Amino acid sequence: MTHAKLLLLHPDDTVLIVIADIAAGETLAFEDLTATTPIALGVGHKVARHALPAGAKIIRYGAAIGSLTQDVAALAHVHMHNLKSDYIATHDRETIHG
Amino acid sequence: MAEPQIIGWQRADGRKGIRNIVLVAYLVECAHHVARRIVEAAGHDDVHLIGFPGCFPNAYADKMMRALVAHPNVGAVVLVSLGCESFDRAGLLEAAQASGRAAELLVIQQEGGTRRTIAAGVEAVMRVRACAHQAPRTNITISEIVIGTVCGGSDGTSGITANPAVGVAFDRLVGEGATCIFEETGELIGCEPLMAARAATPALGREIEASVTKAEHYYTVMGFGSFAPGNAEGGLTTIEEKSLGAYAKSGQSRISGLIKPGDVPPAGGLYLLDVVPDGEPRFGFPNISDNAEIVEMIACGAQLILFTTGRGSVVGSAIVPVIKICANPETYQRMHDDMDINAGAILSGDATLAKVGDAIFERIKAVAAGAQTASEALGHQEFILTYKSFEPIGPACLPVRGRA
Repeated sequence: MTHAKLLLLHPDDTVLIVIADIAAGETLAFEDLTATTPIALGVGHKVARHALPAGAKIIRYGAAIGSLTQDVAALAHVHMHNLKSDYIATHDRETIHG
Repeated sequence: MAEPQIIGWQRADGRKGIRNIVLVAYLVECAHHVARRIVEAAGHDDVHLIGFPGCFPNAYADKMMRALVAHPNVGAVVLVSLGCESFDRAGLLEAAQASGRAAELLVIQQEGGTRRTIAAGVEAVMRVRACAHQAPRTNITISEIVIGTVCGGSDGTSGITANPAVGVAFDRLVGEGATCIFEETGELIGCEPLMAARAATPALGREIEASVTKAEHYYTVMGFGSFAPGNAEGGLTTIEEKSLGAYAKSGQSRISGLIKPGDVPPAGGLYLLDVVPDGEPRFGFPNISDNAEIVEMIACGAQLILFTTGRGSVVGSAIVPVIKICANPETYQRMHDDMDINAGAILSGDATLAKVGDAIFERIKAVAAGAQTASEALGHQEFILTYKSFEPIGPACLPVRGRA
């Protein structure tokens, strides 16, 4: 891969930020890890820097942004389906209008 | 190269404006239409419409309106009252006149209805606008600039491009003695230990932590954090993730104080604006949309606003120019007419954080010197003011001393 699509914001971070659109089926690479993503990932989304267990704190900007609700594989998408706030629950269109 | 000179307007209270706006303010929703028609009929871009919709009295709204009519960017004022609402129109008129502004009051029920009040209002605008044009001009230095920052329509790029770039600009501004305001404690949940460590005194640090605890409680009662569906679609998952991204706007400077809406910072430096009401939640969400936060920073004396957006907001504001800094390169491509700065260039490798921070700083100087922002050129003059209640700030909130 010539153009890096994943960005590490802080050395302590456990997630990488998508900085260019990634298509479903595309192979992601970071350091010595590679993985194929089953879904498309838009700019601003994030993937696990390495495999992480349920309950682990996710670190971004060097600070905690919530806890995992399930195990996550290396370079897999981290979002509403597997990460929850340690403060106030997040709502998306489905939970508001559904 | 010679710096562009910033020549503004000298106000009687010592503050200086970078614009010379005529405000037409309605004092209840029932007077909104008449006030809007007065603004339209006056036909000048420098005549702006603001107002308070409620008929019930509210000390916060009263304080805000008094701060707005005496704002340094405001040159003159016309108030439009229906007549039976509870707003203290005489007190507001007196406050505007005491601040040295030409100000007039029209009461629709006394003028004889819609048509007569519009006609009288247009004449009043012409009279006070002529007075506003007599305001003395004066040089303004960066140290006399008060600037607020807000983010709206954030996505996963906001916290890695536009917000830290504003942080770079804020650090330069604070370094040159300017007054910088960042806000929305409800969007700083999770950042309170980091902010407390930057506070000028330990007591201020405790006040900052308490303000975030208050915000967390308030939003929990509301049932929703300050997190919109668009935030999640843009890749943000939790309120603390959004908070940390928003927090980057504050830069690295020491935090000099904690203020509430309508409090004017006593000296240059970086200030946190606590926008979450005190006491048990009473009037609903603290700020129902981005412009509510902008209006509160204006009431604190901000002459200019830096607005970062990832998803793509289009708003501007009454009274002050709004510089929009677009975080997401795709959004910039789609909506570039609405944007002043393309911070997304950081992601495509065409710019660095430092370079975008410098571009923001240069843009601030140009806009302060009179250049139009994108939203000004497009005619955006959004304004919203709703019910709230606050206790005054405690003595630990402002450890810095005022300007001599």
